[in-house]
Order: sequence, then C-alpha cells, then structure tokens
Amino acid sequence: MNLPTGREAFEPRRPGSKDIAWCPGCGNFGIRNILISALAELGLKPSEVAIISGIGQAAKMPHYINANGYHTLHGRAIPIATGVKASNPELTVIAEGGDGDMYAEGGNHLLHAIRRNPDITVLIHDNQVYGLTKGQASPTTMVGMKTPTQPWGVFEEPFNPIALAIAMNASFVARTFMGYFRESVEIIKKAIQHKGLAIVDILHPCVSFNKVNTYAWYREHTYWMDDHDPHDREAAFKRALEEDPLPLGIFYVNEKPTFEESVPAYRVDKRPLWKREPRLDLVGKFFEGKRA
Amino acid sequence: MSEFRNDVSIVLGGAAGQGIQTVEGILTYALKKSGYHIYANKEYMSRVRGGINTTEIRVSSRRVRAFVRRIDIPVPFKQGVLSWVEDRLSDTTVVLGERENVEESFLGKVNLVEVPLTKLALETGSQLYINTTAAGLIVGLFHGDFGAVEEYIRKRFGSKGENVVGKNIEAAKKGYELGVKLCEQGTIKVEVGRDEKVREEILLSGTEAVGIGALAGGMNFLSFYPMSPSTGVSTFAAQKAEEFGIIVEQVEDEISAINMALGAWFAGARAMVSTSGGGFALMSEALSLAGMAENPIVIHLAQRPGPATGLPTRTMQGDLNLVLYAGHGDFPRIILAPGSMEEAFYLTAEAFNLADKYQVPVIILTDQYFVDTYYNLPRPDLDKVKFERYIVEAKPGYRRYELTEDGISPRAVPGYGEEVVIANGNEHDEWGDITEDAELTRKMQEKRAVKKLETIRKNAPLPKLVGEENADYLVVSWGSTLHAVEEALEELGRDDVALLHFSWVYPLNPETKRFFNDKTVIVVENNVTGQFADLLKKELGVEIHHRVLKYDGRPFSVEEVFDALKGVVE
Repeated sequence: MNLPTGREAFEPRRPGSKDIAWCPGCGNFGIRNILISALAELGLKPSEVAIISGIGQAAKMPHYINANGYHTLHGRAIPIATGVKASNPELTVIAEGGDGDMYAEGGNHLLHAIRRNPDITVLIHDNQVYGLTKGQASPTTMVGMKTPTQPWGVFEEPFNPIALAIAMNASFVARTFMGYFRESVEIIKKAIQHKGLAIVDILHPCVSFNKVNTYAWYREHTYWMDDHDPHDREAAFKRALEEDPLPLGIFYVNEKPTFEESVPAYRVDKRPLWKREPRLDLVGKFFEGKRA
Repeated sequence: MSEFRNDVSIVLGGAAGQGIQTVEGILTYALKKSGYHIYANKEYMSRVRGGINTTEIRVSSRRVRAFVRRIDIPVPFKQGVLSWVEDRLSDTTVVLGERENVEESFLGKVNLVEVPLTKLALETGSQLYINTTAAGLIVGLFHGDFGAVEEYIRKRFGSKGENVVGKNIEAAKKGYELGVKLCEQGTIKVEVGRDEKVREEILLSGTEAVGIGALAGGMNFLSFYPMSPSTGVSTFAAQKAEEFGIIVEQVEDEISAINMALGAWFAGARAMVSTSGGGFALMSEALSLAGMAENPIVIHLAQRPGPATGLPTRTMQGDLNLVLYAGHGDFPRIILAPGSMEEAFYLTAEAFNLADKYQVPVIILTDQYFVDTYYNLPRPDLDKVKFERYIVEAKPGYRRYELTEDGISPRAVPGYGEEVVIANGNEHDEWGDITEDAELTRKMQEKRAVKKLETIRKNAPLPKLVGEENADYLVVSWGSTLHAVEEALEELGRDDVALLHFSWVYPLNPETKRFFNDKTVIVVENNVTGQFADLLKKELGVEIHHRVLKYDGRPFSVEEVFDALKGVVE
C-alpha cells in the first residue's frame, strides 16, 4: 500500500478521525488547515511528526491530523512532549492545547519548559475562553467579560504569555491570528524549524462561547509588526506589552542550546533511545567496583 | 572481660554532620575485605545538622541481613546517643568511647571502656581525625586487615592530597593499635570467624540495587523531583548518566516527572520515576492516563510513614493501598516489593520487560529501611537478566489498540514504520481515536481491566516458600521485612513454621491460594492496619489469623519478630 504524500498525507484516514467534533465556524478548523499546510510545506512525513495534546477542544487535534499523536491530560502536553522529543530527537514534536491547557492547568510546566528549552513547538489555541466546559473565563479572558461562572464580569488581569515568555528569555515567541492563513503558516513553519522551544500564541474565535473576541474583533484589534527585530529582547518586550491593537508576528528569537543537546545521552550515541539496549558490560563493571 | 562471639552489633551514634558516615564507610569496607559478613543500616532525623543519627553495623561469621535491636558495642560521638538507644542496651553491652560523650546518668549503669579518641586524634595533628581513629579502633578489635583501611582512606581522601591521606592513615593506625591492645589485655574479646568467600563478594545498598537493576533493565530515561527516601536512586542514576548515556532530569514537580516519563515510553524509551508516597500522590492523575493509554511506566516508590509529610526520614510499608488503588477508573498494574538486594536488582531489571510487555504501570515498592540497608552478597549473575523488547513496527493499517484475546495490543513507537501511532487518554477505538460508542467502550474496558489483568494474573510468579509445605503455621512477609522474619524463624527453629515471602505483590496468581490450606496464617508487616493481609483476604479469600504489625516509623528487628512469633506458636 502506498501512503499518500504532501498535504494529503496529513489528512486523517482512520474511521474515527473523520467525525470532527468542533462547532461549525470554530477557529480550530483554520488552525488545523494551517498546521497541515505547514507540515506539508516543510516536507515532513506523518510518521516523523508527533502531536502531543492536552485536554480541550484544541487538544482534539491529533485525531484530525494524520500524524503520530498522543491525546493526554489537561495541562500535561508539554512535559509529555518533552519526554517524546528527548527520547527520539529525530521526531518533529508539537505540543498543542488551548489557553486553559497551557496557561492555567499547565502554567508551571510552560515556565519550566522555557528554562529547559526542549526542541519542541508549543501551539496555543488562544480563544480567551473555555470552550469544552462551556464558556468559563480562561487566563486570557479580557477584564469585564461576563461568563456563566463570572456573572459579575472577569476582574483578574489577563495573562500575557508573550511578555512572560520574553521575560523568561524563551527561545522563540510569536503570536498570530488564524484568520490570516498564509502568515500563520509561515510563522508555524518558522516555529517548527526553530531549534529550541518555540511558543506560538494563536488567536482564534470561539463562536459558541466568546461573543466579544470574534473574527471581526481580531482583525480590528491586531496588526502585523513589520519593523521589528526579533533579536532585540527589549524591543520585543515593549511590543509584548502593547494591548490594543495586539501586535502579531515573531516577537523574539533567542538561539540557545536545547535540552536534547545538553543531556549526555546523545554525546556519543545519536540513536533514539528505543533502538538502544542495556549496557550490561557497564553493569558488570559497576559490580566489579563494588567488590573492592 | 566482655566477650562477643560470631555476631557483633556495633552502633555508631552522633549528630548529623559529625562524620559518622566516614566511620561507617571505613568499617564496612575494611571488615568485609577482612572476610567478615557485614550488614549495615542507618536511622536518621529529618535535619541536616545536629540531632542524633545512628548506624548499626553487624559483623558476623555467617551471612547476616537483618536489623537487630540488640546493641553489643555502642560508640557514642556525643551525649544523648545512649539515651536515644537506651532500650537497646543490656548488661553485656560495652560502651566504647570517651567519658564526655556518656551522659552522667549512664556512668554507673553501663560497662564503659574509655578510649582516648580525642587525645589520639590530637597526637596526629587535629581533632578532625577522631573519626578515622574510631574506625581504626573497631577494625583493630577484629584484628581486621589494616591494608584495607589504608586502601579506603586513599580512595576516599585521595583527591585531598597526600598529606590528608597520610594523616588519616596515621590516625587510623593509632586507633587500630589501641583496638588490638584492648583485646590483648583482655578488656574486650571478639571472636568472629572469617569467611574467605566474603572478600570476593560485593557490598550493595537497596538504593544501589534498584538503581543498577534499572540500568540492567535498559532504563535510559529517569525524571524525578527529590523526595526522601527515594532521592538516592535518582542521584545514583544521575551519577551514572554520562557513563551509560542516559537522560536523567530533575523536573519542576512530580506531575511533570511522571508525564515526561510517559512521553519517553511513548517514544520507545525505558523510563522510570523515583519518588515517595507524597510524590506518588501527585502522580496518580498520570497513572490513570498510563492505564487508559496503555502507556508503560516504571515507578520506584520508597515508602516512608504518612499520611502527608509523616516522618520524612523513617520507614513504613504504608503505601501499599495507595499504589493498589491510585488513579481513577479501572486499569491493571503490577506491584513488586523486593525483600533482598538480589531481588531488588533482578526485579527492577525485569520491571522494564513487564511494563513493555503488558503496557501497564509497574510499581517497585521499597521503603526507607530497605534503601538505606546494605550488606555483602555474591555478585549478581548478569546472564539471568533478560532484555525483552516488545515494540512492533507501525505498518499501514496499524491499530494501536487492536482488540486481542489476551488484552495485549501491539505497541509501535513513532518513527518506526511508515504508519502513525495514536495514543489516547480518552476512551478510544482500535486506532486510538476518541469514541463514545457504548459497545466499543464496553470492549475496551474489558480489554484493559479484565482480559489484560487476567493475563498478568495467570502469569504472575508464585511467592517463595521457605520451610515445609505441610507446616502448621505459615508466616507471611512481603518486601523489606523478609530478612528479619527469615532470621527470626531460623532462631525459632521449628519445622512446623514455614515462611511465605511475596516480592510480587499484585496481582496474585490464583494458585497462590494452595500455600494457605489448613494453616494458621501470620502476616508480618510494617504498617498499622495490615494492608497486605487485607489484600490476601480480598484477592485469595484466605483467612488471616494473626497480624504482627509495627508502625512506629522503625523497622522490625529480628528480636521483635521472634518474640511475636513465639507468642503465637507457643
């Protein structure tokens, strides 16, 4: 059997992956298309890609794209993706989830992943609301928005993932709006190609539960940074603090050693861990040493 | 004159940071090299400096592997040590030390042999040498091989320069000569036979046995968050990471540790996490994911008393129920609890094959007592370690969760084969995609929680019976209590009492039931309710007649088990 190639290769073929459980008009469809195009344009094969997701609507992505996938737990996609990449650096590893997944439940993992710098791409579907649990506020919900669980209106200051990531000297930080297809594909391609942790905050509407941040709202309240040098951390940080309109594009790029490059496991032996066997010779040597 | 024959229990006691470990290191090394059987275990307070820590070292003419309550020779390095161990002293105990380290109240009560350790150390040049002097003294009592003392000092202090090495050897020599003199003048008489075979044996701790066992099993990834008393295994792995070319990462929390390890297994690595009860509690969400996604994982859990922070540096077998029931929903798991260093080595290695084969969490339960114990043993046989890999290639049409008769689906890893692998923590179809189909849900639940569990259950090894099969009394031990029970039974010396030891704790092979027929069953365990006794009852329906329980944060001593068993059988 010849497996398809190109964009077609990433289209789901399994029986259960054809029934897409997103609401009609959901921004996740757009992100799916963007991701498929990015992977195909990079010339990758489905077997070389692993998409690790958490829980939520965004986290259903592994079922709707034909690539290796692991649909895991709320907030835990990043440590799992880190383990996958570290065990097989030959894979292109993407951690995917929503704003609740990455910024609330998994917030601590995001912080420490920035420190650890595994060579993975973190895609955050940021619709500023909890969709799967029906419209509660998320860490990025704007002040004043009323929800079923914040009927008085949200008063917590929204989480600023871009400023946070730059403050922590992350390796690659970008923001896009999925309504801009071509630009988003290019950003995600760059994020995947970037060596080190790449964080892409992807704005997208939730047509069912977020009546504030609509397609039109994102178009009206965002702009592309045309004159920005992503190697200038201070400038990046300044841009990150802009609130309205929100800048889009690559804020910050900082090349530094990755987790996989830093662990001793690949210094001599480059093979992924699954190809390796126990070093009984060294175990024997250890016992010899315990004799003395 | 005080005489000690065949088996001497020496207890060194002092404050944390006083260098007791140096003495312990020299002693166990040199005495083992001299041909004596050695057992050592420490108990310590949860503080970095001060308090009172003690180390028990048994020096024996035959193999000894268990903790005894009895102290023959205490060596106090500060006041307070004797009060701390008061209930372990007897008329025959000889305190070896300086008067200033003996509390006033003990001066008239104990046999004190004063040894001028400080004076000898100062003669060498500094009070700092007091530890090496003390170590030399004890080796001298046994007429041990002084060359081995020198060897140890060279190894341990070599990096500090020839002067430090020389001074320490001189200090040890002074102590050694004094020890020999004490014997010659008849103050103390020590008669312990040497066994030539011991010289060739290895000294191994529980921590090392688990750590090296994991490496022998092909562990190439370990993620952890430090927590006593499990940290030693992670430290061991970290120290070996470069040599073995493995990944060892200290992560932000236990949640991350286990999830990272799950990711590693998903990608085909052999991963382990090492933790204790509190850390494992945080891991239970991911444990459930491992169950649903059929993601292998090996977990080492070194128990300490709980609940919550409990007694951080002490021991208990109190987390059996935690590992049995942790996680939401039904899914199988394997629980192993080594009783000896040999078992810890072979079982930990085997844990990786089991996790790989059955695609379930495999939990290795040890405890503070076990990880901090060490003794001499023959070098394990590496031919007995089998590396079994169950990974398949993902060919077109591959289904990660294929429904099979024995409940075991073929596990492929991403990048091996041209097809993709979908794992899922949601209920799923055979390909791994989300399903809410009632029929499929039923099948998948049965596959994991019934079929697979049954496959594991019927392949589970039987417990080890020591003694007559038709004995009237059956003493049951599991995990770290093995040696104390074994030695107590030897002392009891009755043909009508047999020992059944479980190092494979769950699930239990139904055939195990036959060991219990028509017997008076006595379960010995280090917790307050008898968690394993309850498990035996629940799993096998056996009646438990007596529970011998200890739950003060300390391990069972041979004497305690002996007294308890004697009480039951006589």
